[in-house]
Amino acid sequence: MHTPRRSRRTVAALTGSAVLALLATACTGTNSGGGQDDSASGKDVTITFWHGWSQDNETKAINDNVAAFEKLHPNIHVKVVANIADDKSEQALRAGGSDAPDVVSSFTTDNVGKFCSSKVWTDLTPFLKKDGVDPAKTFPAAMLKYSQFQGNQCSLPLLGDAYGLYYNKTAFAAAGITAPPKTFSEFEADAVKLTIADGEGYKQLGFMPTYHGYESVPAHFLGQYGATYFGEDGRSNIASDPRVAAMYTWQKGLVAKLGGFEKLEKYRTGFGDEFSSKNPFHTGQVAMSIDGEWRTASLAEEKPAFEWATAPFPVPDDQAATYGRGYQTGTIIGIARTSQKQAAAWELVKYLTTNTDAVVSFANAIHNVPSTIEALGSPKLDADPNFKTFLDIARNPDSSTTPASINGGAYQVSMQNLGYEFESGKQTDLQAGLANTAKEIDAAVNQAK
Amino acid sequence: MALHSSVLLRRKHRRETARTLAFLSPWLIGFGVFFAYPLVSTVYFSFMKYDGFTAPVFTGLKNWDYVFNHYPFFWQGLRNTLWLVVVMVALRVVFGLGIGLLITKLRTGTGFFRTAFYLPYLAPPVAATMAFAFLLNPGTGPVNHLLGDLGLPQPGWFTDPSWSKPALTMLAMWGVGDLMVIFMAALLDVPKEQYEAAELDGAGPWQRFRYVTFPNISPIVMFAVVTGVIQTMQYYTQAIVAGKVASGVIGGSGQQFEPGYPHGSTWTLPQMVYSLGFQRFDTGSACVVALVLFAISMAFTSLLLRRGAGFVSNED
Repeated sequence: MHTPRRSRRTVAALTGSAVLALLATACTGTNSGGGQDDSASGKDVTITFWHGWSQDNETKAINDNVAAFEKLHPNIHVKVVANIADDKSEQALRAGGSDAPDVVSSFTTDNVGKFCSSKVWTDLTPFLKKDGVDPAKTFPAAMLKYSQFQGNQCSLPLLGDAYGLYYNKTAFAAAGITAPPKTFSEFEADAVKLTIADGEGYKQLGFMPTYHGYESVPAHFLGQYGATYFGEDGRSNIASDPRVAAMYTWQKGLVAKLGGFEKLEKYRTGFGDEFSSKNPFHTGQVAMSIDGEWRTASLAEEKPAFEWATAPFPVPDDQAATYGRGYQTGTIIGIARTSQKQAAAWELVKYLTTNTDAVVSFANAIHNVPSTIEALGSPKLDADPNFKTFLDIARNPDSSTTPASINGGAYQVSMQNLGYEFESGKQTDLQAGLANTAKEIDAAVNQAK
Repeated sequence: MALHSSVLLRRKHRRETARTLAFLSPWLIGFGVFFAYPLVSTVYFSFMKYDGFTAPVFTGLKNWDYVFNHYPFFWQGLRNTLWLVVVMVALRVVFGLGIGLLITKLRTGTGFFRTAFYLPYLAPPVAATMAFAFLLNPGTGPVNHLLGDLGLPQPGWFTDPSWSKPALTMLAMWGVGDLMVIFMAALLDVPKEQYEAAELDGAGPWQRFRYVTFPNISPIVMFAVVTGVIQTMQYYTQAIVAGKVASGVIGGSGQQFEPGYPHGSTWTLPQMVYSLGFQRFDTGSACVVALVLFAISMAFTSLLLRRGAGFVSNED
């Protein structure tokens, strides 16, 4: 049997193990790269490229592009590793070592601020200058914005995503609606008309406005307002930009008009996985949704039992002239600071991000928006009318993105949390909530400096 | 002669010390590598700005100030963690002991029930949590369908802040097989003659449990409580998976995953260590939270062992 003293010792050891389990990986050293290789003089170099794509058509598309690159650069060999989540590549970049990647892509542009400020990814400006690539003339403005942080161009866009409206044409016809809405007042009226009650729930909901309704999140709605997040002094300005308060108020009003928060949330829990055929738009559970261009491919493939179409997401009534805009994001690609083969790595990054044929063929293969100005206008681009909606959004000068921040997307988490509190009625004073959230964002940014 | 003898004694003493250290060395090395070094490092980095990539810079109490005064989730996470420690550990111990008692009393089917209650423990935590999220889905889950058919209220479970922690506790009780096996072994070790003597003295079932069973198994109960507290202080996987599945948020640009869904009700301190250290690259603040976790673990276990000194029977 345990005596108390022995037990205490055992407990101390167990507690120590607990702490170890939490912290064992937290304390690693640092190393720096920046090494040049001899790839320019024709010497054989092998670089490693990690990316997050996993589906067969996606990995085939990227492998095809890499093969074309290797044909152009016979001395540069690329070891491609697919299906790498951001968390995993971050830890590999921390650890460095011979197996760490040279070239890394990430689906989350929110990471750019972290990667650039902590110099995890190397600044590409010297490479761009050396090869005469002018980023402002090469990449659309919103895409360029999300791939840099405070002048450090540590990543480049590698295909983009644009957000627009998907609508069920069959349901529209049944409700007597002849065209997609362009303003929020039209959108609200249509959403109400398209909502068909079924006892305590819905047979069909016009639109799912709650912030857990997949892509119905503050950042995507704020894109329609052209709202700003930070002032010129770098401090959060969400409490002073009236467009932010307008968005929260509009969303809450829509929640109320469509049945209230609790009823909507209960309906939402019956939705299937977002990236499956059980997506509520595919199943007809919602008649309209905000989503990215990739949905065109899955809808075309799955052929739901109704007609559908796309349009830009509506805009606030007082900004009707900006109709056609949308939120934009995308995949980014960069070079690990620890890479000892940065010259070869840059050749691959340059090819994948600026070679028009490479960008267009990749965009056609995986149905993402091309990330260069030239590729967006390429005649080789597959552009059926539904996909063209998103190409136009990407080209629209009013389209916007979420800015890079030193601590990644932490400010968006704060804004989402405010959204959850406000839509559910836990927070009733919006202005006070915005002021507190701004303070919270500033404290987090200050902590990361 | 005396000098010679004292030299010999010193040599003997040194030899004994060296031998003792040699025998202790595996533990000493383990203690140093797996306990002392991480603990000292954690204290060191809690005073540094360190992102894991660039050299650490001393920032004094900045991380401590941020975690306690500005990090919006800390106090809620602390409250959640303590709630889970108190409620989940207590219910797991009571439930595990109850199942163990029932099965040891069975005359037939012991093997079947033992297996049936032990099997869920073997399920990987992620799979078990996803299965529970499916069963407890407020809109489509069979549990709420059944409750509805019976005319009973249908909770929001993982989507309702007042039900999310009870739902996690139910999941923990479902996987109580490990405790059940330990309690069964202890219960079967209780000398039968003590029960016979108690029965002859006219003791009823409760008195037999109170005065015979419990004193015999009290060290095992203490073991279960102490290990349960330590495990629950590290509670991470189930809380984060349940939150992620129920929230429907996949994550991605403009759409951040919100740990603690709904309304921060499932945030725990270990999630904060991960979130601060590995998502925000704020290793310093992560170390502060880890040290808080360590201090609370030590306080809980010391308190339990001191208070439990009279509660645990040491007859043997």
